[in-house]
Amino acid sequence: MTDTNPENSIIRLFHVYKRYASHSALIDISLDVARNELLMVTGPSGAGKSTLLKLLYLGESASEGQILIDGINLARINRSRIPFLRRKFGIIFQDYKLIPSKTIYENIALVMEVAGYKSSFIQKKVSSVLRTVAMEDRLNAYPQSLSGGEQQRIAFARAVVGDPQIILADEPTGSLDTDSANIIMSLLKEFHARGTTLIIATHDKSILRKTQGRIVYLNEGRLENKTITIDKKPAITL
Amino acid sequence: MKAGILIFFIKRAVQDIISNRFLNAITIITIGLSILIVSAFSLFFVNINDLLDSWRKGVRIIAYLDPHTGQPAVSDLKKQVLQIEGVSAAHFISKDKALQQLKERLKRQSAIFENLRENPLPDIFEIRLSPSAQEWEKVEIIASQIEALPEVESVEYGQQWIGRITGIFNLLRFTGTAMCGVFFMASVFIVANTIRLLFFSKREEFEIMQLVGATDGFIKAPYYIEGILQGTFGGILGLIALYISYVVVVSNVDQGLASAFIQIRFLPIPIALAIITASIFSGWLGCYLSFKKFLTT
Repeated sequence: MTDTNPENSIIRLFHVYKRYASHSALIDISLDVARNELLMVTGPSGAGKSTLLKLLYLGESASEGQILIDGINLARINRSRIPFLRRKFGIIFQDYKLIPSKTIYENIALVMEVAGYKSSFIQKKVSSVLRTVAMEDRLNAYPQSLSGGEQQRIAFARAVVGDPQIILADEPTGSLDTDSANIIMSLLKEFHARGTTLIIATHDKSILRKTQGRIVYLNEGRLENKTITIDKKPAITL
Repeated sequence: MKAGILIFFIKRAVQDIISNRFLNAITIITIGLSILIVSAFSLFFVNINDLLDSWRKGVRIIAYLDPHTGQPAVSDLKKQVLQIEGVSAAHFISKDKALQQLKERLKRQSAIFENLRENPLPDIFEIRLSPSAQEWEKVEIIASQIEALPEVESVEYGQQWIGRITGIFNLLRFTGTAMCGVFFMASVFIVANTIRLLFFSKREEFEIMQLVGATDGFIKAPYYIEGILQGTFGGILGLIALYISYVVVVSNVDQGLASAFIQIRFLPIPIALAIITASIFSGWLGCYLSFKKFLTT
């Protein structure tokens, strides 16, 4: 299923399958994502939303089919190039994946350290992004001392600090209260508005209602023909 | 590697050592003990080698002449002996001179010479060997060549036992080298296990680092530095412990008879450096082996 102009696509999937020993998580997925697009992948739990995101950043490999990220074929990528591919992404995980032994500052700075930036630049950038998420006063705190909403804001800060081309957000509001979820969603939209491609995997209908963008529906590993483009605050029923 | 990134990795390694100080201290102490044992063997071999060398340099062959050998034959014999390969000097000592020397040495027991009716000592040649001929096997060949001369009744090379000791020493050296190898492997194993324990506790951290784009090199470098630091500190610790033991032993031995017999010296700098290098290598190798099993993208 191709929904955008291929020439403008930053992500392309061709007949992608992901099989595990006991079941198939993704079946014959074909999808294009345009640069600066906001795509929401929705569907019930176990539909394959997270697996789809994992295939994009090579958290897992596809069993069959081709995936192109900014023209790079993931089936043919050299192992040593995987870290450089991953730097194109800013990833927000449902379970935050912050390193407990590192401070907030260190967790965020890590993204820039691995890319080899100078420490003075890292310091400026981390401070700036912490201001954006209104957490500049907690830079020396450890993740376990923060609330879920705060941790997700830090996860967001880590995802955007390296100015990625694509942000992948896996259930970014999954375990958050409404206020925290709203903060995260407005931060995501703000970064998308600056030109970043944004893919959100969510089953949260309120997000789908409040967010402008393309929606694709996954069910039992298949993309279904429920793909809807919503304009402003549409009332949809899925 | 740029200096800035190297400093960054060293800082991370030192931070990690500090945050896991107990585990690191145990590793460093264990490496230190292994190095102490290895370097104690080295110290023993260095000093035994010195002793054997000094004995070998003193090797001489005494050829006892037939009592009927006349003066002209002695001159011919000297020429024949000097022609033997490996002989550097041959000094004739007549039986009269030998008796006189003996009397001088045993002045206090001069009574034993009073009843001598005739000189019981034989004429001898004291034969010195060139440095290249001081190997035990060569000495034996030269001695048999001298003994085969018709005017020579028998030969004696007082350090025959050096050959036997050299044999024992070589066996010890082989055993010691094997044991050093075992202790080296033990150090590697200990470092590998410590770092593997660290890796298990940092599995999630490594996974996250990979997900944010860290290369394997970025993740591994601080741990290689950590392994190298463990090896360095362990090596230095082992050598310091050995030096303290050496000072204690030497200060006691010097007061006894051994000081005249053997001069015990500490490990020469090149050997000490080689031991520290081996210790550093064991730290690096332990880390390498751990990573080989652990990290996959």
